[in-house]
Amino acid sequence: MAEQTASGYIQHHLQNLTYGQLPNGDWGFAHTAAEAKAMGFWAFHVDTLGWSLALGLIFILLFRMAAKRATSGQPGALQNFVEVVVEFVDGSVKDTFHARNPLIAPLALTIFVWIFLMNLMDLVPVDFLPMLAAKLTGDPHLFFRVVPSTDPNATLGLAFSVFALIVFYSIKVKGIGGFLAELTLHPFSSKNIALQILLIPVNFLLEFVTLVAKPISLALRLFGNMYAGELIFILIAVMFGSGMFLLSTLGVALNWAWAVFHILIITLQAFIFMMLTIVYLAMAHEDNH
Amino acid sequence: MNINATLIGQAVAFFVFVLFCMKFVWPPVITALRERQKKIADGLDAANRAARDLELAQEKVGQQLREAKTQAAEIVEQAKKRATQIVDEARDQARTEGERLKAQAQAEIEQELNSVKDALRAQLGALAVTGAEKILGASIDQNAHAELVNKLAAEI
Repeated sequence: MAEQTASGYIQHHLQNLTYGQLPNGDWGFAHTAAEAKAMGFWAFHVDTLGWSLALGLIFILLFRMAAKRATSGQPGALQNFVEVVVEFVDGSVKDTFHARNPLIAPLALTIFVWIFLMNLMDLVPVDFLPMLAAKLTGDPHLFFRVVPSTDPNATLGLAFSVFALIVFYSIKVKGIGGFLAELTLHPFSSKNIALQILLIPVNFLLEFVTLVAKPISLALRLFGNMYAGELIFILIAVMFGSGMFLLSTLGVALNWAWAVFHILIITLQAFIFMMLTIVYLAMAHEDNH
Repeated sequence: MNINATLIGQAVAFFVFVLFCMKFVWPPVITALRERQKKIADGLDAANRAARDLELAQEKVGQQLREAKTQAAEIVEQAKKRATQIVDEARDQARTEGERLKAQAQAEIEQELNSVKDALRAQLGALAVTGAEKILGASIDQNAHAELVNKLAAEI
């Protein structure tokens, strides 16, 4: 992309391949950022969806393969690996989540591995896959982002799903009354009924913000970390594009260093997302108010 | 960076993956894990039991060995005692037998001596009679002087 300016390069890298209704009424891919924005809500980021589905399928098929051949005897290499992950997730769930729910552990496993794989795409050099896609489609200006977790839609999708589960299990365990009581009767409560009624709006405001902050913080934490990480990779990639020997060499070193550091970040972010999901769901199951 | 329906697609995919994972991935893996844990625990238990059994068996073997040794020692002791006893008995027997034989021989000797003495006495009597006959020149009535002769012989 030598003909582009640095800012153009960066902006190009931060634009998803969007499929939606074009201004003229036809459905198709947006060719500019403005066009993508104009598509409104009913548009799809094909790159995000495609990569996350592909990575999810890799996870599911890999683990299914291991699960099918799972034996209590001597495990093979794949089973060993899968067991290590499963054991780790199971341990994390057992430490935090004390109610009985067969959904939580598989949920945590899916979140951990899937998010890890999505984050892992960040370690693929920033131009490899977009250039490959551009070559394959013949469109040199094709928007193509390969790290689904740098798209807030992906992280919000996950976080809202977790939020739905939080609300669902809160109501299931405590009943609608219990859930509402949790939202309105704490943290301030009084023996005096009139005062208690007065306190309800205050409590509701506090508890509602707490509740809504859960999915938002989940989604934005993951998104923010991955977006920032990707941005730095892109900035380093701009250094390669500068054409100056010293700057390019520095870029190689920086890219390597940042990638090594990023291995920690992507694992940590996947773990944090999983852990917080478990914690939130554990709180939804606990009737301690 | 637009919020759009990608969100919904992502959520749907997420639920499908979670359900699949819950139905087809988690149970077999966790079952295998639990089974292996149980197997290992059983194996360790069995090993412990075997070790304990071995210890017991070794103790038993040691005890039996000790018992056998004591018994053997006892038997040897008894045998020695018995041997001394037999030797003593044999010695005693031999002594008595020897004494008996000696006494018998002495008795026989005495008897022989007496009979020889008697025979000698008788012969001496006869010789005396014959001498007296020769001296007297006359025959002495055997019957009349038999008592005298016998008396004489007894005196010799």
